[in-house]
Amino acid sequence: MADKPVTSAAPEQPGKSGLPGAAVTSASGSRQAGRSGGSSFRDRAPFNRLPFIGRQRWHLLTRKDKLVLAVMVGIPLIFDLILIWGSVLVDFFWSLTDWHGFGAMTGGGPSHQFVGLDNYTQLFSGTYPFFWTAVVHNIFWLAFLMFVATPLGILMAVILDSKVKGLVIYRTVFYIPVVLSLALIGIIWQLQYAPDSNRGWIDGVLSWLGYSHPVVFGIDIPFVKDIPLIGQWCRDVSHTDWVGGPLAIIPTVIAASWRHVGYITILYLAGLQAFDPTLREAASIDGANARQTFFKVVFPVMKPINVVIVVITTIEALRAFDLAYITNGGRSPLELLSTLITNNAISESTRIGFGSAIAVVLAVVSLVPIVIFLAMTMREEKQ
Amino acid sequence: MPKQALAAAVAAFQTANSGVTVSINTVDHTTFQNNISSYLAATPEDVITWFSGYRMRAFVDQGLFTAIDDIWAGPIGSLYTDAVKTACTANDSKKYMVPFDTYAWTVYYVPSLWTKNGYTVPTTLDELKTLAAKMQKDGIVPIGLGDKDGWPAMGHFDIIDLRENGYQFHVDLMAGKKKWTDPGVVQVFNVWKGLLPFYQSGAAGRLWQDAAAGLVAKTTGMMLQPQVVQTFQAAGAANLADLDFFPWPHHGTQWDAEEALDAPIDGFMLTANSSTLAADSAAAKALLAFLGQGSTQGLYAKLSTDLIAVANNADQSSYTPLQKKQVTTLAAAKKLTQFMDRDTNPGFSGANGMQGFLIDFLSNPNQDMTAFLKKIQSFWDSLGA
Repeated sequence: MADKPVTSAAPEQPGKSGLPGAAVTSASGSRQAGRSGGSSFRDRAPFNRLPFIGRQRWHLLTRKDKLVLAVMVGIPLIFDLILIWGSVLVDFFWSLTDWHGFGAMTGGGPSHQFVGLDNYTQLFSGTYPFFWTAVVHNIFWLAFLMFVATPLGILMAVILDSKVKGLVIYRTVFYIPVVLSLALIGIIWQLQYAPDSNRGWIDGVLSWLGYSHPVVFGIDIPFVKDIPLIGQWCRDVSHTDWVGGPLAIIPTVIAASWRHVGYITILYLAGLQAFDPTLREAASIDGANARQTFFKVVFPVMKPINVVIVVITTIEALRAFDLAYITNGGRSPLELLSTLITNNAISESTRIGFGSAIAVVLAVVSLVPIVIFLAMTMREEKQ
Repeated sequence: MPKQALAAAVAAFQTANSGVTVSINTVDHTTFQNNISSYLAATPEDVITWFSGYRMRAFVDQGLFTAIDDIWAGPIGSLYTDAVKTACTANDSKKYMVPFDTYAWTVYYVPSLWTKNGYTVPTTLDELKTLAAKMQKDGIVPIGLGDKDGWPAMGHFDIIDLRENGYQFHVDLMAGKKKWTDPGVVQVFNVWKGLLPFYQSGAAGRLWQDAAAGLVAKTTGMMLQPQVVQTFQAAGAANLADLDFFPWPHHGTQWDAEEALDAPIDGFMLTANSSTLAADSAAAKALLAFLGQGSTQGLYAKLSTDLIAVANNADQSSYTPLQKKQVTTLAAAKKLTQFMDRDTNPGFSGANGMQGFLIDFLSNPNQDMTAFLKKIQSFWDSLGA
């Protein structure tokens, strides 16, 4: 094996000659190894049509190349297997126990038992009621980011792409929240939402509109508080316990969106600025208006970026943690799967087995978008 | 625990025991609690501060602490009441903790506001409700609450349960010997529901310190919470002088006579897995015995006036009036409980456990109580503890 070209590992199936891997199998019969291996490509038609590239640059890997490749791929692979998949396996094993983190994992008294799928039963049957609440919150988080924040980010990108003045300034403004950590964003938004005497501007503006005569640019507007619906609404909504009320997940995901919109804007703007202008020109020659140009030409061509954005948004929603944890420790009403894991497995609760079961559920759910993303990427590469 | 107060106690130890050097490692309260399990299993210091009761026993059961009966056999043994000794004893009947400081869960208020508005201290639940209604009419939030940390609401459950069902029922409920679906528990939530209209709204999003700030600002009438002295201290000497408390009123049940209340005890324990323990054992035990002395605790309480010493020979001459009142309140109580998160399984009382259930109750008190209590009981049952 060590002497052979690396490609010889491919199965010798001449019938599959249409695929890149199979194309080189035609060379695998060759005993020529090392540097001279390049000649084994001689028979390949595509390379023979490119005489300058063919022989000089495209030869089989040398032993040194293989070593470098093995090191470069192998070391990350080993780390990946140990740190990621090893942890997943250990986590799965823990999830089958009621271990509390001390002493033997199984085979002892209480909290050292193999409990089979008990932890999962408790989750799915609703015996642990916070689980389904958290699932609903995560789904809401995902839906909000996907259908509100992400489209808003794309819209911002399209607007910023249309040669507005001061692009750099806008871009900076939208991107600043992305630079901040979510924990910091949590603190910033708690101040905005604060309802008490140390209240933030949201409550301030609402109660100002609902209870007093606002003066805007020197003009007294005495009637806002007297407008039947709006005035009453302002009074009702002011002093709302934004981050503690039953619907606290909404203000929290809005805070998360503040950052997410900027992230998507920058990502999409980069794509738009690399966009081939001739396509746009062609569309306008064909008489397409701005909207048609975007939806019929730009959006489809941006497919690779669209896929990345969908995947990023999904991952952001699944790993949502910081904001809820900094706000109230992920307690009711801000339960998320991630905070349940933390509060069970690595808190004073020391329910490591149970918390691991939630982590396994989250891991399995997270695999779905990743598999879809990889499948799509690979299909594109084949094409 | 305030840093400089602890430093004063330790400095006194070092003066008395030249040749022993004590290094202190103070960690943020919540961080310490959240990481306690991995900390104790891996590389703990010799002596750590922790909470008494079930919360101590759960970790003792895992073999993470060293028994210190020999210290209790020494001079400190006579300084503590039987209730305190019980709180420091684990399931194996050995003692593991040297108690250090304690505080009472009582109702705090600002006397000048009450005098101005003609309020008087309520002694029964009905009087409390009448007073609360009066406060509401005066535009004052009657009962302040900030439950963002999850635990303050537990103190409210505890005291209502102690008054309605008595000490033994409460202790049994916490230990799982009584069910959460018991009619007694239904009664507790019904009484609590009757008080909620007088509670500060939006408790789940507010820190208890911010709720206490409402007392300082005289926008809140009263508040069941320990340690609000800290907030008043920060607000200035004039405010601190204008603060008083009273024990939770009677409910007109046979259990009133117990005068029971939550009085959590903090103390010091000897870890089991410290790498330096073998070499330092004698010095560590000497430190624990020293910390158990009334004179040491008096030094500490002098600097942290929201707490009082546990030892009965502690020097009380430097106590503030509020500290002296805490001493008499605790002495009058025939039964003392620790606190819900110390009296029950830590897995049960956690953030996504009982804390979540209580927040759920506070924001939705009109839900089906039978279903609600059933959920709590099945959660308890699922813990297998």
